[in-house]
Amino acid sequence: MSDLVIHIRELTRAYEMGAETVQALRGVTLDIRRNEYVAIMGPSGSGKSTLMNLIGCLDTPTSGEYWLNGQEVSRMPDDALARVRNREIGFVFQTFNLLPRASARANVELPLVYGGVSSRLRKQRAEAALERVGLGDRMDHRPNELSGGQRQRVAIARALVNDPAILLADEPTGNLDSATSEEIMRVFATLHAQGQTVIMVTHEADIAAHSARTVVLRDGRIASDSPNRSGAAA
Amino acid sequence: MQIKDAIGEALETIRTQKLKSFFSLIGVLIGVTFLIAVVSIVQGMNVYMEDKFANKLVGLNTFQLRRMPNFNMGNISEETWREWARRPRINYAEARYVEGKLATPAIYSRFCSQNLPVTWNGKTAQGVDIWTADAAMFQIKNLDLEAGRVFTPQEARLGQAVAVIGWELGDKLFKETDPLGKSITVEGIPYRVVGRIAKQGSLFGISLDKFVVVPFDAPVHRVACNLGFMDELHIKTANVASMQVALTEVEELMRIQRRLKPGQENNFAMQTAEGALEGWKKISAILFTALPGLVAISLVVGGIVIMNIMLMAVAERTREIGIRKALGAKRRDILAQFIVESATLSTVGAGIGILAGIGLAFVVRATTPLPAAIAPWSVGLGVFLGVAVGMTAGVYPATRAARLDPIEALRQE
Repeated sequence: MSDLVIHIRELTRAYEMGAETVQALRGVTLDIRRNEYVAIMGPSGSGKSTLMNLIGCLDTPTSGEYWLNGQEVSRMPDDALARVRNREIGFVFQTFNLLPRASARANVELPLVYGGVSSRLRKQRAEAALERVGLGDRMDHRPNELSGGQRQRVAIARALVNDPAILLADEPTGNLDSATSEEIMRVFATLHAQGQTVIMVTHEADIAAHSARTVVLRDGRIASDSPNRSGAAA
Repeated sequence: MQIKDAIGEALETIRTQKLKSFFSLIGVLIGVTFLIAVVSIVQGMNVYMEDKFANKLVGLNTFQLRRMPNFNMGNISEETWREWARRPRINYAEARYVEGKLATPAIYSRFCSQNLPVTWNGKTAQGVDIWTADAAMFQIKNLDLEAGRVFTPQEARLGQAVAVIGWELGDKLFKETDPLGKSITVEGIPYRVVGRIAKQGSLFGISLDKFVVVPFDAPVHRVACNLGFMDELHIKTANVASMQVALTEVEELMRIQRRLKPGQENNFAMQTAEGALEGWKKISAILFTALPGLVAISLVVGGIVIMNIMLMAVAERTREIGIRKALGAKRRDILAQFIVESATLSTVGAGIGILAGIGLAFVVRATTPLPAAIAPWSVGLGVFLGVAVGMTAGVYPATRAARLDPIEALRQE
């Protein structure tokens, strides 16, 4: 159990849509161990976005339990969740979600700002994180001065800078061409090899194939959960 | 540290959107400009009026016994004017009586004034104030000698034709020549110049140095005064307190001398420096009453504009708020960010307003006789109001930003 980064039991999430109640998740049970590389797949409406939001602590479940890195986060109030997002989760989004007017370094520093890290240490750690994704020479560039792949690498550096328990990527290659997608997948593989737990939500099978394990959702439930033969060694 | 980031964000917004920012800040800007400029001018006027106007024209610890008040600001009715005109002038007997009976130690000078041309060496200075006065006048009016001497009590008693000239007259008429010992001609009679008074400057653009003082009984007296009467009796005591006592005493003595019945109004006036300031005090009181209202209106309008700008900023930057929340920003972080940003915007407006206000005060000082003195407290108040208006205006937009759901916010295009 100490090895479990994510421990989810019978998680449900229902949305009120006017008079109707939509069951987005109908009871998901899932364990993810440290240094696993997991892809979550499913067609639209399968509940994979809902599950990602719950895993990312952006949303709270209607019922069920969610333990992240030993803390039960399913019943936490808003500000406590903000703290968990800051410390335990590194987000990588499909649209990069960088602050357009801030430099690469300033973008990477942002989680440290909310973590209350001193400005000197912030600078050091941000630069180290950018070095790690191979952008040591682009630190003062703004997002619009960077290519798509570079932007996504800035986002990855930002996700890693607080040394989170999980790297949570939502369609990380959705806005990239296939060559750049491969480049980003190589970054993920390297991070995984260095011991990082990676969870990736995607609807592209060839992207999911880079992971070691694929969880497929359908109609708010887990339809299949199996290791990948071709993916990175678990 | 996050405050610094928020300030930077606000300054960046101003930098990238100069025109829009300028219009959004104009309310606060105008309010603060107005505050600084009006306070500066009123304060400057206060100093000026007390320092120069009252003390130069009337004199410190001094009052003048007159037929009617000297400095009249505000509306005087036709009827009052007629009553004043019917009053008897102050005569020698009354002056002697007051001087003889006043218990408070004081110095006195009879005084008449007439506007006359003065000639020397074929040159004529027009419109010079010829003052006929006793020797104590120099002390009463704080007229400091620059050269020569004042006239002696003997010269005064004998009404000799000697003159002490004001600085400007010496400058205009004599230029490089030393006026001492020269003879100036007033009304066909030569006066020997025995002294020259140091420069006193001007008041609202009117020179205070264009005068000649001659003994009260000097020949020009018959032109300046009605025989047996005087325009004013100047009375100076040691300090403000004794002046107050002397005022009451003189009133009493004059009422006895003029046989006024109880309940009958004084048919004479006593002009003090404070009295001369009364009109100005009324004006400055009105300005200071109206000022907060006018400033408040501009600031409320300015605050509402800033609030709208901030609501727009929150709407435009919803996605950014989502990103920040995803990365761990708590509600209070977002709240603080937008309040600081709003306060920064408003403070920049106030800062420009302070500069504009100071500039305006200087322009007024340079182009009109009105003085202006920047009051440090008004600058402090301007900055404070800028911060306060910005913070207040930022509360509602910042609360909206802080309450955004991160998932919804991230979905925003």
